[in-house]
Amino acid sequence: MRRNGASGRDGQEAEPILLVADLVKTHRVDGSVVRAVRGVDLRVEPGEFVAVTGPSGAGKSTLLHLLGGLQRPDSGRIELDGRRVDQLGEARWAVLRRRRIGIVFQFFNLVSTLTVADNVELPGLLAGRSARQVRARREELLDELGLAGKEDSTPQDLSGGEQQRVALARALVNRPSLLLADEPTGSLDSKGTREVLGLLTRYHDQGQTIVLVTHDAGVASAADRVVSLFDGRVTDDVRFAEPPTLQGAAGAVVRLTG
Amino acid sequence: MRFALLALLAKGPAHGYELKQALESRLGAAYPQLNIGQVYVTLTRLEKSGLIRGQDVEQAGRPNKRTYELTPAGHEAVAAWLEDASDEPRVRDEFFMKLALAGDTGLADPVGLINKQRRHYLNLMRAMSRLAGVDQPGNPFPRLLVEGAVLHLQADLDWLEKCQEELE
Repeated sequence: MRRNGASGRDGQEAEPILLVADLVKTHRVDGSVVRAVRGVDLRVEPGEFVAVTGPSGAGKSTLLHLLGGLQRPDSGRIELDGRRVDQLGEARWAVLRRRRIGIVFQFFNLVSTLTVADNVELPGLLAGRSARQVRARREELLDELGLAGKEDSTPQDLSGGEQQRVALARALVNRPSLLLADEPTGSLDSKGTREVLGLLTRYHDQGQTIVLVTHDAGVASAADRVVSLFDGRVTDDVRFAEPPTLQGAAGAVVRLTG
Repeated sequence: MRFALLALLAKGPAHGYELKQALESRLGAAYPQLNIGQVYVTLTRLEKSGLIRGQDVEQAGRPNKRTYELTPAGHEAVAAWLEDASDEPRVRDEFFMKLALAGDTGLADPVGLINKQRRHYLNLMRAMSRLAGVDQPGNPFPRLLVEGAVLHLQADLDWLEKCQEELE
């Protein structure tokens, strides 16, 4: 299936999922001022998979936290689905995070006392859906994510990769417009990393809009668009339209001799 | 390519096309295919220098094919090759030369060069992450080669980051 392109229907420009203008956030740490995000503009179209990358301290995580309403900007604006959200209060952001935004974190942030099934269903129930609807969606997601049969496990019974897949199911249970992922593979081994990236790619192929933050270029390369953040500013933004040439690709990096 | 061919022949006699296929299957589709003409030229040179011995084998209805085997001198050459630590330069890099001299020419801006180069590395990284068929049962080398390429690209990207920090 073709993913939703940025060009939209009938040649008309589609409404962006996310529109960020001149976003600024300053942290105060031990009396000194850290300008974490220094005037970021970003427009994310429906169906895009965007990786935000850069060195540690570049402001990537702060930016993601601002987009998810986990921190408030000092200035600038954020529009989600055409609505301004940066000035909303905590309660309204909590509603948005249940309905419009799914978030996946580096350390999964699952509720350790709840089963896998309950972890996934909770945001669905909190969003006011019927128990029957939510259970059906949970079954569908766990199935897609290769977690069928793990419903009654608790997070500590699972591997890191499995826990992140549960977190992904939880983030997607309400079919959010925007999936945010903060270093989602940062605490996984290479097998878990491949699994989670493969799943993100699959949901992207089905039309899910994703913004992923990572310091790892290998992870960023799963996306179609890479935004480079440096010192709190966007220094590059590239869309990769063409699939890369695969045959012999390693030869462009390593030349074996002998 | 001469030592690679000698090493393959250490396993037993083979003709040129078999050697090409053997090396390609060991390294996997992520590595470029060998030029068969270059394989034949190299075999001819190795034979002249006494490291391999060729023998024509008649084929019904087709031209003869030439099968090669290692000579004792060839065995020694392979052993010596495997014995020595590889001391070639680890990285050949044109980009850094451009970066170091761009300012003098007044023709390009360093951060622009860095961004362009980063895009190139990211695109190569995209290829690495989309390569299929590198997991082969019984042959870890295609996967290991791709992992090596990814680590090198990561190092190149980190290097760009350092350069950007200094030059911006």
